[in-house]
Amino acid sequence: MALRCSGLVKRFTDVTAVNGLDLEIFAGECFGLLGPNGAGKTTTVEILEGLTPSDEGTVELLGQHWNSGDDRLLRERIGVQLQETQLAEKVTVVETLRLFRSFYQRGHSVDEVIQTVGLEEKRNARVGKLSGGQKQRLAVACALVSDPELLFLDEPTTGLDPQARLSLWDIVEKFRAGGGTILLTTHYMEEASRLCDRVAIMDHGKVIALGTPAALIESLGADQIIEFSVASELADDALTRLPAVSDAHKRGEAYALTVSEIGVALPALLAEIKRQQSDLVTLTTHQATLEDVFVSLTGRMLRDG
Amino acid sequence: MADERITVSPAKAQRRKDEPGTEPLHPLVELTFMRVREFMREKEAVFWVFIFPVLMTFALGIAFRNTAPDKALVAIESGTEKVSETANVLSHSPEISATVMSPDEAAQALRSGKVSIVVKPVNDSFEYHFDPTRPESRTARLLVDDVLQRGKGRADVVHAGEQQITEPGARYVDFLVPGLIGMNLMGSGLWGLGFTVVIARSRKLLKRFAATPMRRSHYLLSFILSRLVFLVLEVAAVVVFAWLVFGFTVRGSWLSVTLITLLGGFTFSGIGLLVAARPQTIEGVSGLMNFIMLPMWLLSGTFFSSERFPQILQPFIKALPLTALNTVLRALMNEGATLSSNWMQISILLAWLIISFVVALKIFRWQ
Repeated sequence: MALRCSGLVKRFTDVTAVNGLDLEIFAGECFGLLGPNGAGKTTTVEILEGLTPSDEGTVELLGQHWNSGDDRLLRERIGVQLQETQLAEKVTVVETLRLFRSFYQRGHSVDEVIQTVGLEEKRNARVGKLSGGQKQRLAVACALVSDPELLFLDEPTTGLDPQARLSLWDIVEKFRAGGGTILLTTHYMEEASRLCDRVAIMDHGKVIALGTPAALIESLGADQIIEFSVASELADDALTRLPAVSDAHKRGEAYALTVSEIGVALPALLAEIKRQQSDLVTLTTHQATLEDVFVSLTGRMLRDG
Repeated sequence: MADERITVSPAKAQRRKDEPGTEPLHPLVELTFMRVREFMREKEAVFWVFIFPVLMTFALGIAFRNTAPDKALVAIESGTEKVSETANVLSHSPEISATVMSPDEAAQALRSGKVSIVVKPVNDSFEYHFDPTRPESRTARLLVDDVLQRGKGRADVVHAGEQQITEPGARYVDFLVPGLIGMNLMGSGLWGLGFTVVIARSRKLLKRFAATPMRRSHYLLSFILSRLVFLVLEVAAVVVFAWLVFGFTVRGSWLSVTLITLLGGFTFSGIGLLVAARPQTIEGVSGLMNFIMLPMWLLSGTFFSSERFPQILQPFIKALPLTALNTVLRALMNEGATLSSNWMQISILLAWLIISFVVALKIFRWQ
């Protein structure tokens, strides 16, 4: 077990950011903490990293507890990338990594991590001159320089273009292949599906679903999503009664149906639209994703619509 | 897949090790280097710390340079027959520069400070118009009266001998240089520390450091050490410049001056750290710094002696760290005093240093 926390609660003056959270992360796995902005992911991670004290609950990582007198020893063993950190702009990549490396007793050499994150050509460039993706890779390099057992990545690819996102995923996969444990937060469901062995979906400071991405998608009881819009409004209850449809949501102007057999559901849907004397405007279908799991669990889109 | 592991074979690691510049030194050294690099790469900061004080010394040194004592500027009111005779008498004195003006012009010139006194010939006598609260007007009155009385035939009762002394160390520029050094130590200590810390906090860099095993005392100490480097340079810049251009000399021992400069620099670093201990934003810390520095700029006797302020303010003024620093620096540089004769000011500085550091460490916010 790399990390275990139970009953975490963190209240701020106007909001309860974390509201009774339990997690267990196994050594060697990549664990994803998913949720929309404001779900309490960052607060949770900062409690686990020993940066924010929790109001209630216990945290145990790598067999140690925070504030037990040897926090520095624990910090030697973890690597941290914070969501909002902006590294000093006037210093170079090498200088930044040398500084971070100097804080640790043991770890990789500066050149090794530069190679790992693919910044060889930028090693003497100032941080201020790097692109967003390069900056983020440097931030991850700073977390990797100590050769940590447990790596925390808080929304590492938010705001990056697809190319930069892919190269960061490669770094994460390499670290995991080397036997490291990762706790990653993201609000990109695609990122979680690709990288994570298990994910916990968070909403309003609580875990609302936990499992492998495949199991969570399977729990929808469906593998296809039909999204469509029509010229005039349809009655929701008629949609859920269609054959092979397990769930129906309205997302804004569009409807989304969770279906098990698309070959059965689609003709029935078209017939129903005709029966209600409406006209089809758009229609798409896709494989169910974690995104659909989140919508199905929170019903947020339906309520908002 | 073993070849994808991040760990690198020993042979490869060995090769890397031989390359210069990537083997980290002690964290305190690395942190200090970081400070120095960040500062030296910030052009504006270099200007304010090194160039600006030198320019200031130059400008003020020129403006207040000691040439021959200024002549007393006198206006003679026109309109009476004795005007040209009066002008003639006054023009014989090398210490007086007299101009004939209409009554309106003369009154205007007196009000605006262009002349120090207006002389109005009245029949066989004179009338002096001047403001007795202006020292130069009082001097002008004495000079003018003396010359005019002699012109009317007054003779000296005894002849007094004169010996003129202009001592180095007593000029305005000699007074100014230690004050500028003190002010500069205050400015660079407060801005240098305050800004850097608060920027690092607002950019979440402090939080990132807090997530490493870095010793927090190392982080704070690195500021002190980097200040050491700049302190020597910034004080040397002003002293050498003043020596080359104005012949400024340090009369006390260089060792004492160095020690006091260090003490002053550290004290203001401590105060800078205290100021930067809590604020989250640059606006917040700027306001706080101005609030702290403004009274000292005004009261601590950088440009003129703080003794000129009312007696009731003196205990407060003397307790300010910049007053203490300026006083010791002047005593050492201008009068050649010893450290022990300034124990009071040194204690004040030490007290500020210790208290601000202890409090700053206690209340310091890492995120």
